[in-house]
Amino acid sequence: MRKVYLDNAATTALSPKVLEKMMPYLTDIYGNASSPHSFGQTARIGVEHAREQVARAINADPSEIVFTGCGTESDNTVLFGVAERYAKKGDHIITTNVEHHAILHSCAALEKKGIKVTYLPVDKDGLVTPEQVRDAITDKTILVSVMFANNEVGTIMPIPEIAAVCHEKGVLFHTDAVQAAGHIPIDVKAMGIDMLSISGHKFHGPKGVGVLYERKGIRLPSYIIGGEQEKGRRAGTENVAGIVGLGEALELAVTNMSETSARMTRMRDRLIEGIESTIPEVKLNGHRTKRLPNNVNFSIKYIEGESILLMLDMAGIAASSGSACTSGSLDPSHVLLALGLTHEVAHGSVRMTLGDDTTDEDIDYVLETLPKVAHRLRAMSPISPID
Amino acid sequence: MYTEKVLDHFEHPRNVGALDDANGVGMVGNAKCGDIMQMFLKVNDDGIIEDVGFKTFGCGAAIATSSMATELIKGKSIEEALQLSNSAVVEALEGLPPQKIHCSVLAEEAVRAAIADYYRKKGMEDKAKEVENTKCSCEHEEPHEH
Repeated sequence: MRKVYLDNAATTALSPKVLEKMMPYLTDIYGNASSPHSFGQTARIGVEHAREQVARAINADPSEIVFTGCGTESDNTVLFGVAERYAKKGDHIITTNVEHHAILHSCAALEKKGIKVTYLPVDKDGLVTPEQVRDAITDKTILVSVMFANNEVGTIMPIPEIAAVCHEKGVLFHTDAVQAAGHIPIDVKAMGIDMLSISGHKFHGPKGVGVLYERKGIRLPSYIIGGEQEKGRRAGTENVAGIVGLGEALELAVTNMSETSARMTRMRDRLIEGIESTIPEVKLNGHRTKRLPNNVNFSIKYIEGESILLMLDMAGIAASSGSACTSGSLDPSHVLLALGLTHEVAHGSVRMTLGDDTTDEDIDYVLETLPKVAHRLRAMSPISPID
Repeated sequence: MYTEKVLDHFEHPRNVGALDDANGVGMVGNAKCGDIMQMFLKVNDDGIIEDVGFKTFGCGAAIATSSMATELIKGKSIEEALQLSNSAVVEALEGLPPQKIHCSVLAEEAVRAAIADYYRKKGMEDKAKEVENTKCSCEHEEPHEH
């Protein structure tokens, strides 16, 4: 049976080229990168090379790059760190209602400690405007955190414009770029980004490693304590192979970005148009053009997401859904509800995210399979007026 | 996450579809929660469920429990069908993940709703009310939230 992996927003396959660069650090070069002897210093060279690769990829200085354990840790470090460090300046944070839970759950935890949080509502396409941010900023605002691109619906936020508003008002700006890094251009200097989170495994790098970019002059407390690694900004023995892999994967992704992005955008739009022309009563979720090159998210009315996923899986296709049944809670995805979808329509969502190895044949196969799945489930659905 | 039996009933649901000559039809659940089950019964003059059909909007477990419930009541008397518990459905499916137990409860409720409708159509309002009011025998830990 044909196997088609379209869940690259969840995680990507490790690139063989990246694995090759990691292998020495999983075998011969096992020294602790913080040790002064030659074993440690050889590992250190790998870490610092990766730091330069990451810095180049986002136009930062290597000293501004901190390696963490994952994107979630980077987000947590920013939220809790800014709240602690800037407590004297204020107690107000602004974010959006479509952020990843790494941000939203941190905000909820901070609210319990007395921090006030404004959750800006997005429009039907998943966008917030710089004006919304401007209107929400008070003299107590210490941080604005708006994701670069949404993990579920792929909408790309107006980051440079929002950053400009923050700077005009003297407020720090953080962006969760976990879905954007390696996929669309990021220039922290030109875009005015103060802090940014990256995760290694979203662009064909390894799991278990992330990046926090902290602009010079910002000095957040370490979220993980117990050592002076990363110049005291993140304790814990460096995941050398992971760091090396992340650096290599990000460099590869950025080098090939224009070619990859053009190819993916073409396949993405073919998939979107194909679904719209073969399955009646579907709704594209997220912005049609301000959208990650690899993201397709549809609600297929009258049927439920987990059933769609199971049936696709039986045909060898891996996708994901914002249905409650796949999240383990009673409510469907907070992102789809924030876009104004009814529960019923949100339950019927299916997300397909393309990767480097996705081919036109894969798209053909999905366009052949998904209409059959929709038809079968609609024939079974008591609320469907159509088969 | 699902047993082979669940996947089998999901992939090849038994008795799927509406019955044109049904004399008892019940629908439970709501779209907000993500599952709706509709049950169709054809009960003969001897009170035996001769034929049964279902339509379900919901997850894999919702479809599989509906399918299994129809299998368990087909050919049975109304009285026997009323004894169907959600745990019997779960057992027949060789287990369900904890967060999916409510699907089996919904399947049991769908059967009861269809039987109540059958009684009501026969003018047996008291019986219908009794079926609707009987507290279900299931052991779900928490009420199904709507």
